[in-house]
Amino acid sequence: METILGLDLPTWWFLVIGAVFSGYAILDGFDLGAGALHLFFKKEESRRIALNAIGPVWDGNEVWLVIGGGALFAGFPVVYATILSALYELFMVFLVMLIFRAISIEFRSKEPMLWWRRLWDICYSASSILLALALGLVLGNVIQGIAIDKNYAYQGTLLDLFNPYALLVAVTTLALFMMHGAIYLVMKTENRLYAKLTILVKNTTIFFVLMFAITSLATLLYIPHMITRYKEVPYMFAFPVLAILAVANITRQIAYRKYFFAFLSSAFVTAMLIILVAVGLFPNIILSTIDPDLHITVYNGSSTEKSLKIMLTFAAIGVPLVGVYTSFVFWTFRGKVKLDETSY
Amino acid sequence: MNTEILSRIQFAFTIAFHYIYPPLSIGLGVVLVIMEGMYLRTGKQIYEQMTRFWIKIFALIFGIGVATGIVMEFEFGTNWAVYSRYVGDIFGSALAAEGIFAFALESGFLGILLFGWNRVSPRVHFFSTIMVALGSMFSAIWIVVANSWQQTPAGYRIEGEGMKARAVITDFWEMVFNPSSVDRLSHVIIGSFLAGSFLVLSVNAYYILRQRHLEIAKASFKIALTVATVASLMQLFTGHRSADGVAKHQPAKLAAFEGHYDSSAVADMYLIGWTNADKREITGVKIPGGLSFLLHQDFTTPVKGLNAFPKEDRPSSRAVNVVFQTYHLMVAIGMVLIGLSLLAVFLWWKGKLFEQKWLLQLFAWSVLLPQIANQVGWYSAEIGRQPWVVYGLLRTSDALSQSLKTEQVLFSLIMFTLVYALLFALFLYLLNKKIKHGPVDTHSETIPDSSKRDNPILN
Repeated sequence: METILGLDLPTWWFLVIGAVFSGYAILDGFDLGAGALHLFFKKEESRRIALNAIGPVWDGNEVWLVIGGGALFAGFPVVYATILSALYELFMVFLVMLIFRAISIEFRSKEPMLWWRRLWDICYSASSILLALALGLVLGNVIQGIAIDKNYAYQGTLLDLFNPYALLVAVTTLALFMMHGAIYLVMKTENRLYAKLTILVKNTTIFFVLMFAITSLATLLYIPHMITRYKEVPYMFAFPVLAILAVANITRQIAYRKYFFAFLSSAFVTAMLIILVAVGLFPNIILSTIDPDLHITVYNGSSTEKSLKIMLTFAAIGVPLVGVYTSFVFWTFRGKVKLDETSY
Repeated sequence: MNTEILSRIQFAFTIAFHYIYPPLSIGLGVVLVIMEGMYLRTGKQIYEQMTRFWIKIFALIFGIGVATGIVMEFEFGTNWAVYSRYVGDIFGSALAAEGIFAFALESGFLGILLFGWNRVSPRVHFFSTIMVALGSMFSAIWIVVANSWQQTPAGYRIEGEGMKARAVITDFWEMVFNPSSVDRLSHVIIGSFLAGSFLVLSVNAYYILRQRHLEIAKASFKIALTVATVASLMQLFTGHRSADGVAKHQPAKLAAFEGHYDSSAVADMYLIGWTNADKREITGVKIPGGLSFLLHQDFTTPVKGLNAFPKEDRPSSRAVNVVFQTYHLMVAIGMVLIGLSLLAVFLWWKGKLFEQKWLLQLFAWSVLLPQIANQVGWYSAEIGRQPWVVYGLLRTSDALSQSLKTEQVLFSLIMFTLVYALLFALFLYLLNKKIKHGPVDTHSETIPDSSKRDNPILN
């Protein structure tokens, strides 16, 4: 099997997908979090500032989901097809919520009526919360494994997906995004809204740290297969240690009111959590709870080497390009939000 | 209703709805580049105003295009899992390329287009406009390549058997430039230019009729008319090339286009007609031997008909009539668009372009024509491919997700119907509002005093 720098191609693609989904979680994470917090702001002006803080970038952030979906389809078609058809209702609701969220952002500012704006505010916040929960539910079920048979067909029920562990991961994801979003917003705001957000940052951080601790404990106790890799390769323990240090650093930076560094830390934590899951799963991606022989791995679920090589070339050219213009857009809209005639 | 039929209805419905928007973005993108380019060159305020106005409309269209487009990307996996595993090695790479090379470019720079007027220089803004226009076209390239591979597979081999069978890539460039890619891509892109330019024509014809924003409206109308005329003429060429390609690579589909059953016979070309499945006859107005002539430059050469294919390998009789009608409607609209734009250009040359009220009224309604043509063109392309999802390789009935239950699809189909109906209503409402508001006032975000007064949020 062909290797690059000692790693085979399916493993490389696994890393690429991990990187893209980390990028997605970090970027869309803060704007979903901002949406989840939206109804905490009471005044029209505050809501507009909060909305315009994500205004120029949320669409670009969602692109990472599109790239992630395409990358999964391309590199691991078996995984893509199996997970999407197994979690059918969950993904359908997820897609509809994405639509609701997009139209809430776009349409809210188009009419001045109070009822109109309230309606879209609720819609925006509710869809952001449901999206975060849905992403967490998917992750929670992937961590545990799902009931797939030898034809990759799902044998469980919809209710099985709402098991306690998956729900726990869902709430943790929401907590992470709320904290991440609050820190983002506090960087973009001034005066009274800023003061209000400093309190929200504290509360959401407490919420997240609590959920993080509970989920970690539950994983250690009830999901033994997530731990085996760490036991086999002890230096992998660096990742959980780094994650815990980064969580501690968020609280430290917040105490010093260095919100930019707090934001970097929470972005780092988001990536670390995805890496923790990835390390625990590898080389499996979808575990079959019916029979361990039916696990879908990076090897039996991937595209051919030729196809992977083509796409790794794409990624090598495309990802730096996306990085350059994403940074350019963020740089253009740096600093505190000022409403003008082009705002939402 | 079984799971397969419901899944097909759902896919057709969601993609048809989605396909209202991307062609408009692609077409508007080009018009925007011209408008803003004129502004940079002349420095005239009317060009800036029209650019700002159409960027707002672009954003509305783009937003709905994105929201409905993400649905498509995931629907392959949810409803067509077997298909996804079968084509992933090939189709997936095109989709991934679309995301990384096209969509990221478009969405990234759209933020600057919309909110960057006061933050970047006019040149950087213009550059962003070009990037957005290019991004939307790159999207079309990869998506049409992927679809064309389904029509005329190339650069692949089949590996494995039964549920494990899949197509794997052997030659990337052969896959990209499969026999129908270039013809179909050019046809789609030009169709998009028509969709965008006729939207601009329609809105400005309406302004001129109402005597509003006359200076901007007339200048915009001329820009869009130029694009529309070039595009409608080019569409004649790409359309012919596409039909030629279908004749060569998907003869059963071409036979369905013209409702041609008998392989030993000369093929006629119908201007309008109705296919009768039992008698295998068409009632209508025809040019005898017309299709034979178009394909072979000879009125007497026979053309392969539907009876040359086993019944299970060609579109059903009912489908043949749908394909026949949609194909003919598309062609007819194409001709009308050529006539309409040439007539307008002629009057422009005579210096009487804006004097014919009836013509402006026609243009005000003309926005629907390219939309209908784009839709029915795709119906004939996709229904004509049936019963195959990948032509000659994988049947649509075999492509369905194994674990899917009828109730699940019914649930999602109802949900999409309701949400898309709401979305469409909101889209029309806001589009109408923006058009009524017009291009002149750039300060749109002001809350009137009347609604400020009793507003507890503001006080």
